[in-house]
Amino acid sequence: MTNAQKIEKPNSFNLGPDENGHFGIYGGRYVAETLMPLILEVEKAWHEARDDQAFWDEFNQLAKDYVGRPSPLYFADATTKHFGGAKVYFKRDELNHTGAHKINHCLGQILVAKRMGKTRIIAETGAGQHGVATATVCALFDMPCTVFMGAEDVERQSPNVFRMKLLGAEVIPVTSGSGTLKDAMNEALRHWVAHVDDTYYLIGTVAGPHPYPEMVRDFQSVIGQETKEQMLEKEGRLPDNLVACIGGGSNAMGLFHPFLNDTDVQMFGVEAGGHGVDTDKHAASLTGGAPGILHGMRSYFLQNDDGQITEAHSISAGLDYPGIGPEHAYLHDIDRVNYVSVTDTEALDAFKLLSKLEGIIPALEPSHAFAHVMKMAPELPKDHIIVMNLCGRGDKDIFTVAEKLGIEI
Amino acid sequence: MNRIEKKFSQLKAENKKGLVTFITAGDPDAEKSLSVLKSLPESGADFIEIGMPFTDPMADGPAIQASSLRALEKGMSLKGVLSMVRDFRESNAETPIILMGYFNPIYCYGTEDFMNDAKEAGADGLIIVDLPPEEDEELRVPAEKAGLDLIKLVTPTTHDERLKRVIEHASGFLYYVSITGVTGTKSADIDAVGQHIAKIKTQTDLPVAVGFGIKTPEDAANMSKIADAVVVGSSIVQNIEQNQDDSNLNDRISEQINALKTAI
Repeated sequence: MTNAQKIEKPNSFNLGPDENGHFGIYGGRYVAETLMPLILEVEKAWHEARDDQAFWDEFNQLAKDYVGRPSPLYFADATTKHFGGAKVYFKRDELNHTGAHKINHCLGQILVAKRMGKTRIIAETGAGQHGVATATVCALFDMPCTVFMGAEDVERQSPNVFRMKLLGAEVIPVTSGSGTLKDAMNEALRHWVAHVDDTYYLIGTVAGPHPYPEMVRDFQSVIGQETKEQMLEKEGRLPDNLVACIGGGSNAMGLFHPFLNDTDVQMFGVEAGGHGVDTDKHAASLTGGAPGILHGMRSYFLQNDDGQITEAHSISAGLDYPGIGPEHAYLHDIDRVNYVSVTDTEALDAFKLLSKLEGIIPALEPSHAFAHVMKMAPELPKDHIIVMNLCGRGDKDIFTVAEKLGIEI
Repeated sequence: MNRIEKKFSQLKAENKKGLVTFITAGDPDAEKSLSVLKSLPESGADFIEIGMPFTDPMADGPAIQASSLRALEKGMSLKGVLSMVRDFRESNAETPIILMGYFNPIYCYGTEDFMNDAKEAGADGLIIVDLPPEEDEELRVPAEKAGLDLIKLVTPTTHDERLKRVIEHASGFLYYVSITGVTGTKSADIDAVGQHIAKIKTQTDLPVAVGFGIKTPEDAANMSKIADAVVVGSSIVQNIEQNQDDSNLNDRISEQINALKTAI
């Protein structure tokens, strides 16, 4: 951990990144020279779009009519009664079209790609959620779509592979390296280097080279903005806690960012602890990793003493990534957000409990967030308010869960 | 004059072009890799690039990716790379050695410590693929301090404005990436490469080496007409892979290097 630096607390928590894409020492643009001009072009197009009301008008219209935003902020009465402590609210982003929050940044990015005059889209995917969301917006905008997916994930997530194909996308199984999400991202970057002229790389989380962490965050911030308004309407005050799961960290960043300067709001990012962070099978980059450079950014990564990236493990394919977005690394170092982890088993218990209590089958990713809510809610007073981002629905996970429970379906 | 400068001025005086050969350290294992390394100058290599293996070589094609994994599986590390350089220097004081790789292992080692240790081991320059000029300061400054050249990549997408920025702090030579793609894949368009190199030459006196996609002696011959040196990597690495169990591995590599050197 020699490279971790404690940074002094800033006056404002939401100003980052700086003009070179750094959040403290994290972020940046660590890409091959071939990609640099293109990365700068993406940044320019994104910043122009950000300042253009017409861009946001189109985004907001689609978010409303196509995605179904705003997503409800739901007071989970049964859950609250069950724990007997804090009031628990769910931000229902699992009700979005395609069943998760990923559609928010896919919609935003494809509009940026269009502004850039790009004619084809590539993406990486782990569980397939980002791949499905990307294939969806590509179908909507009639653009060819190629999705890179670890060969092992192609096997494990065949329903999502079929969905992507139905939507017209080409799915390329990646066998290089360890054949998982990080390798899918390497392969997408390699493909992009070879197709810089016509192709836009639609990255699936708040990671990668600048401006992706900033851009994806800003598209996902709709989650936190809506939550703030809805909470003020329902409770007349801000919540005490925000809880969200973290793989790369897009749903958490989207919920947290609009609240960063509300310093009374305490936040919890829940990493995937796999078999336990003291084992070699987990995906908790902040808890069990160290600062490093991969996929165009400086952040925390799971790695060995020689700086070789190690495999992540999680029951949830969507959290199975050995890194984390750079802004999370920064918020971790300045202690603005608390990063915790829960194990596969805890997440599985949470998955079952939430399904029964509320009649909502959550994805395994937010099941991690709920597992943390299970730990904290009972200990808190009844006037304490927790908002958890229910960022995805669990239909895609029923096969994994059935297998873990030893049930044949 | 350091080894890189010396070699280029020697080549120039003889009106010859340089051959840069790439191997991945520790591929197929530490012992065989050192043995191949030691044989390279005699076979015709003017410069040697040693790949520092990394699990996630973003800019490399299948051949070099696979070689990195072979090396890592056999336990190669950054310390191991430096120890290979040290062993090589025991019997060779002239051939320039350039370490090529990705930033993370160096960052993890400690950037300043690595520069000092690499210099002490006998390395002459560094190519770090994922450090564009925007991010290279934290490596460039300690490299300069230690006396190592930082060789910069120029690519077909590096437009005129960027070119100034890229070569501003370059030293040793410039590495022109002849294709938009990863190592060992497409073949380059010679005319386009020639035009780019001509443009680069108007802005710097540094020698220009061309790499990526140069596989055969013919490719090398063509490229050597328009550059000061040519880099051959993936096809050597593939040759090592194919003959890794051959007791005459060094001879197989030697024949290949010889043919390349003769062609340029």
